[in-house]
Amino acid sequence: MNISEPIIKCRGVHKWFGDFQALKGIDIDVYEGEVIVIFGPSGSGKSTFIRTINRLEEHQQGEIVVDGIELTHDVRNIELIRMETGMVFQQFNLFPHLTVLQNITLAPIWVRNWPRNKAEDKAIELLNLVGIPEQAQKFPGNLSGGQQQRVAIARALAMEPKIMLFDEPTSALDPEMIKEVLDTMIDLAKSGMTMIVVTHEMGFAREVADRMYFFDEGRIVETGTPDEIYKEPKEDRTKLFLSQILHH
Amino acid sequence: MAIKEYEGDVIRPPQPPSFLKWIRENLFSSVLNSILTIVLLPVVLFLIYQVFIWVILGANWKAVTQFPMLFAVGQYPRDQLWRVGFILSGLIFILGVSWGRWGGLLRSISLAAGGFLLVIAVLPVQHPSLTLNMRIYLGSNLLIALIGYLIGNKTSIKGYLIIIAWILIPIVGVVLLAGFKSSSMIPAVQTTLWGGLLVTFLLAAGGIVLSFPLGVALAFGRRSSLPVVSAFSTVFIEVIRGVPLVTILFMFSIILSLFLPVESRIDRLVRALMAVTFFSAAYSAENVRGGLQSVPQGQIEAAKALGMGNFKTTIFIVLPQALRAVLPAIVGQFISLFKDTTLVVIIGINDFLGIGRSIINSDPEFVQLRTEVYIFMALVYWIFSYLMSLGSRRIESALGVESNL
Repeated sequence: MNISEPIIKCRGVHKWFGDFQALKGIDIDVYEGEVIVIFGPSGSGKSTFIRTINRLEEHQQGEIVVDGIELTHDVRNIELIRMETGMVFQQFNLFPHLTVLQNITLAPIWVRNWPRNKAEDKAIELLNLVGIPEQAQKFPGNLSGGQQQRVAIARALAMEPKIMLFDEPTSALDPEMIKEVLDTMIDLAKSGMTMIVVTHEMGFAREVADRMYFFDEGRIVETGTPDEIYKEPKEDRTKLFLSQILHH
Repeated sequence: MAIKEYEGDVIRPPQPPSFLKWIRENLFSSVLNSILTIVLLPVVLFLIYQVFIWVILGANWKAVTQFPMLFAVGQYPRDQLWRVGFILSGLIFILGVSWGRWGGLLRSISLAAGGFLLVIAVLPVQHPSLTLNMRIYLGSNLLIALIGYLIGNKTSIKGYLIIIAWILIPIVGVVLLAGFKSSSMIPAVQTTLWGGLLVTFLLAAGGIVLSFPLGVALAFGRRSSLPVVSAFSTVFIEVIRGVPLVTILFMFSIILSLFLPVESRIDRLVRALMAVTFFSAAYSAENVRGGLQSVPQGQIEAAKALGMGNFKTTIFIVLPQALRAVLPAIVGQFISLFKDTTLVVIIGINDFLGIGRSIINSDPEFVQLRTEVYIFMALVYWIFSYLMSLGSRRIESALGVESNL
């Protein structure tokens, strides 16, 4: 593992939506193999921040360097970074007109220019990994929410990314399906994948997170290991928020 | 006594009601409904009876049956009819090959087309147009479709070759129909002689095939971030949609030729095709734009997050979903285009409707028979419109438009 240089480097990231300032100077370094959990109240900028890393949102000030490539207006750089960065969305965003297999093979075939056979072999391997190999020929609309989200994870992994971004991956799921998705994510974390996860699933954070960041009003309020955050949060804002989500 | 089978707790689905029960529930469910039924039923039966009697006994179909070739191809020289036949058989052949390669709806279309011509071929009536050669030609089309099917099904012909053939055959067809001035084998045939269903199909099919890509391009143009492109598309769409088709036809047929020098005059039929195409494209563009707007932003984000650029995102993600969402509206648009082609009569093109009208006006006797002629033409337009609508519904269910969106 290369400790010297972070795989994601963010310095003073600012972002405005019109006059509203969503991010007020975010500094985060992520090293290869780390699992970062970001949590905080809604509107705190945590989703906006994770979306600036693959340029789904454009930051107006500051510096983001992913895998040695700086995010600028250069479209080539943006697409290179997106190829190395898988993303899983709250609403799954599977392509409803394509089968599960086609969802997974589309980008490897047309972006990575893999031959179809190779892409399909990889897709089957990933469907086995996420535990639903029998669903390959179905359309996303015929799967449960948990299955759809696992397909979405497989779809992102098919590009063999170096980094995986998860934007509230279990928030739109029925309670009984959250576990199957979290188990998949835990396996992935333990396999050494670099992950940034926006989530309130504290069990997940405690099990695999290396560091946690608490966001509020576009700032990082507090950071630390899961133990530090849970057992002795330093900031009152963090304590209040944790008490709300842990004892609701 | 036989042992009675135990039926116990078996719950059966509700059975459809018997005929009498259905009548009681639907026609006599209340006093008002009973009165309506008693009053309206005789009226409806009387009307059906009258129509039936008229069709069988009263109607005189002479004006229709006397000129089948006029209805089919207009004044196209009778000694050059083989060109039309060649194209028709060519289309049926490619249709058969496509059926063999892809199956599905193409099977019904191939068999219906071949079967229909076969039925005409064996009609047990004497008619000057139905010569023995003509009967043999018409009947052989089903065979041609089947040969095409075997080629498509039993050989490993590539899909893209079939698509190239589909693109080539209309081009080859139009060139063959028009001919060349210098050629003795296929001498030029003025488009003023083209007419009937031939022209109706040319305008409708040409309009559909050309207006669809133009409409998609205009829809993207209107959403474009380039101001010139967006302004041009918006003005084009709004001007064309704000003007009746008749006006556009007049504009293309009269005004356009005033501006252009005599030697670069565009053929009359081509001008009509341009008018129909632009008209349909403006409407298709708005349909497609509605579809583009219906694609959720999350779909585009998911594609981009996978490293797909704008072009690939559009081709693989946005367009397929947008077109599926608006397929019924677009087919509706094509059906009205097919019927709107009748308006070319007013700029002097003898399409199917125009032929019918000129037959009626050609003889005082036929003026008396105009009802029959119009009913026949209405039936033909309805059959083709209905086939298009049927095809659209089949495509919708094949694409799973309802279940997967």
